Amino acid sequence: MQNASLLGTRACSSHVYAQYLLLLYAPGVTVPLTLLGLLEREPSHGYDLKRDYDTYFGRGKPLPFGQVYATLGRLARDGKVIGGDAEPGAGPDRKRYTITEVGAHEIDDWLTQPVEPEPHLQTVLFAKVVLALMLGRPAESYLDTQRAAHLQRMRELTETKRTGGLMDALLADHGLFHLEADLRWIDVTSARLSALAELVRAT
Amino acid sequence: MTSLNFPHAPGDGGGRRSLVKALDVYRSFGRTPALTGASLSVSKGEILAIMGPSGSGKSTLLHCLAGIFTPDSGEVWFDGQRLDTLSDAKRTELRRTAFGFVFQFGQLVPELTVTDNIALPLLLGRASRKAAYGAAESWLPRLDLDGVGRRRTGELSGGQAQRVALARALVARPQVLFADEPTGSLDTLTGELVMDLLVGSAREEGTTVVLVTHDARVAAYADREVLVRDGKVVDRSDAQVEVGQ
Repeated sequence: MQNASLLGTRACSSHVYAQYLLLLYAPGVTVPLTLLGLLEREPSHGYDLKRDYDTYFGRGKPLPFGQVYATLGRLARDGKVIGGDAEPGAGPDRKRYTITEVGAHEIDDWLTQPVEPEPHLQTVLFAKVVLALMLGRPAESYLDTQRAAHLQRMRELTETKRTGGLMDALLADHGLFHLEADLRWIDVTSARLSALAELVRAT
Repeated sequence: MTSLNFPHAPGDGGGRRSLVKALDVYRSFGRTPALTGASLSVSKGEILAIMGPSGSGKSTLLHCLAGIFTPDSGEVWFDGQRLDTLSDAKRTELRRTAFGFVFQFGQLVPELTVTDNIALPLLLGRASRKAAYGAAESWLPRLDLDGVGRRRTGELSGGQAQRVALARALVARPQVLFADEPTGSLDTLTGELVMDLLVGSAREEGTTVVLVTHDARVAAYADREVLVRDGKVVDRSDAQVEVGQ
């Protein structure tokens, strides 16, 4: 139920909300694969990888240096990157990392495979509606309340789009389209509530 | 669990002064009831979305609020005066001076140029040609319509036509803009551009907006939404919504 609880967290800023969206709707964006992808462009130091990750994917939540180097260490252990000799300079790690054939193959696989389409929230909504009908609770009122909550989130995301940059807008769009899909389900279910109630109470 | 406190109490738009109001409005077309006791209040400066499925009565409600339809019973108020009991002539005058309209298909006059169309409400209000065309031309850059002022409206894309319709609706600086599915004939990105401009212009001008839409993405531009179901208004904006599992 991670998705529902994330959706329920009050957004403090557009960036924070965008980060929620990333977690909600783009679970395939993992740090190891993203760093591998950045390394496929060119060999890089950990510092450069962190900077690029934060620029393109961080959306207000910078990747901690510790996580960068720990991830690079695991990738090296698994033969997906090779760390060069330490270079002189300030900082804890001045190695330049290079992607291996194994790592490049993994990126190629990842970028060509579709993400599993998972209708997360509908299952919760569906369970609530069916249970409400079973228990003689006001399912229509629940759906209206849920519609209002969805629209409130859509308002916040629309504001993010209006005031943010292109990256924020694209992430917000992803969320908006998913919320819109839920809303369409809510509307259709509202229209069919009487039939659903008969079915639920008859079984 | 997180509590969402919606900013507006039902009907009072968060404590601001009510500018447009419907009280227990009934309206039928022949034997078909469209509104069956609809009540609604829109505050000054508020952007309100009226949502609902096809045939729910949302467009009829908008037409009643705008004084285009008169209710069979119930009351419609605008800025402290009863609208539904005004004479046809007075309601027409009010629509021309205080209201602006944008519909799904711009409803521009095809024989006229873009600037003619935008200037039309002012010319009908007996403004001088110089003042009317000056105001009309000032709207062209605001709505990204530079260079199309002399085109006939049949030569425009759908998005351009809706922006012209928006300029025409706002040129007389109405107190209320009524919009019925203003992006219904547009693709997603063009619709977003029109909504950005509609909401941006309305906020700049302090115009109250009543917006009918079945599209949640359009409704999300509004400050508040209500749902029309079976001819009645359902307003959940007062709900203390507990969002969680």
